[in-house]
Amino acid sequence: MLPEMKLKTGLAEMLKGGVIMDVVNAEQAKIAEKAGAVAVMALERIPADIRKEGGVARMSPVDKVQEIMGVVSIPVMAKARIGHFVEAMILESLRVDYVDESEVLTPADEQYHIDKFQFKVPFVCGARNLGEALRRIGEGAAMIRTKGEAGSGNIVEAVRHLRTLRTQIRRLTTLGREELVNEAKELGAPLPLVDWVSKNGKLPVPNFAAGGVATPADAALCMWLGAESVFVGSGIFKSEDPERLAHSIVEATTHYQDAKILAKCSQGLGTAMKGLDIHTLKEEERLSERGW
Amino acid sequence: MRIGILAVQGAVEPHRVKFENLGVESVQVKTPKDLVNLAGLVLPGGESSSMIHLLKLNGLWESVSEFVHQKPSWGLCAGTILLAKEVISPAQESLGVIDITVVRNAYGRQTESFISNLNPSPNWVDQESLEGIFIRAPKISRLGPSVKTLFTHHGDSVMVREGITLASTFHPELSESNKLHQYFLSLCQESR
Repeated sequence: MLPEMKLKTGLAEMLKGGVIMDVVNAEQAKIAEKAGAVAVMALERIPADIRKEGGVARMSPVDKVQEIMGVVSIPVMAKARIGHFVEAMILESLRVDYVDESEVLTPADEQYHIDKFQFKVPFVCGARNLGEALRRIGEGAAMIRTKGEAGSGNIVEAVRHLRTLRTQIRRLTTLGREELVNEAKELGAPLPLVDWVSKNGKLPVPNFAAGGVATPADAALCMWLGAESVFVGSGIFKSEDPERLAHSIVEATTHYQDAKILAKCSQGLGTAMKGLDIHTLKEEERLSERGW
Repeated sequence: MRIGILAVQGAVEPHRVKFENLGVESVQVKTPKDLVNLAGLVLPGGESSSMIHLLKLNGLWESVSEFVHQKPSWGLCAGTILLAKEVISPAQESLGVIDITVVRNAYGRQTESFISNLNPSPNWVDQESLEGIFIRAPKISRLGPSVKTLFTHHGDSVMVREGITLASTFHPELSESNKLHQYFLSLCQESR
């Protein structure tokens, strides 16, 4: 592995087993840190509001990012639009710790993602399946997260993406050398990465879950399905008692295998965010369809 | 001999692999009962504020504190912050088992993370330099009288030992070499 990549994936390694929370301002960032978040993700509006209000969703305003960086000691990540390498350059110059090239924001380029090797700041990108994950890693992503369906409060898409990834990785490990070139073609993924996955039975970078996590049980489910950490967006600040829910999701992510602890931390949480049935969303309303 | 790896959050898996390579079994420590029959405990890298939060649940803080005051332990990065007597920038509660002061995120943010060769001090077992991976690393700004430096980087102590306690500010679990893990295992073996 290149030394640069060691540092980039190294930070993701440190975030494992933790929860990364979407925040739009300093006040929310402080709540997240106090609840035990391993990092916060700065964005202009949380996905549920982007969904409701519509319009173009962009990088968080610079002063908001700085305000958030000023109040917490944990890493601060920020979202940039797909293909918007200038937003990424600005975020890097602000010294954010990770950039999320995210389908939750309105894509700036419908053909190309950012050439992430050009940056010192590490990138995380969303993926629905192995091909998409390996294309992003081929472009320099140092962490993959499932896309899920952001702002839906519905875990079904994140589960689909985690399971798809797991099944496709397992399949690769059963193939012979001579089958890999064709497999790389089918997946639309670089052969050296396909080869690596077939030998190692996992992605070459950490694999986190995101999109639709609304309860401690949702977070634990993602961990069971192979996610190494969990991103929570709208779920927390759209719930009745954000502080308490944030705290519970952190505990549930660590103790995902212990049903007694999960039951305890699921108590007295009030109402979770209402959520959406994925089947009622039109194709153009699905954020996970953005990026390729 | 079994080694525990504190697993409330952080880089747990790379340590498991290192110990496996050295033929030693390791277990994840998430609750007080996981500390039974361990020869030593690794407190891995991660986010120290998040770890403290999780340690305070389920009585783990007290159990881990008792363990590290009696048995060998090795803190790395966030783990060093947990083991230190004093933490600054910002000040933070700690287990206070090794007499050092630690400054959090002292090198800066992620874009200032770096890889560099470390120099062994005369207290170390050989004179070979070692790869040091520093990720949003803390600095050790003060060493108590009985704390010995094992490795330095530009004059700063980056790995230290006091009695049966080790602390390092970099990440040997992400490098190729197994030798620091081997060193910790011998320390655990000697103090059984």
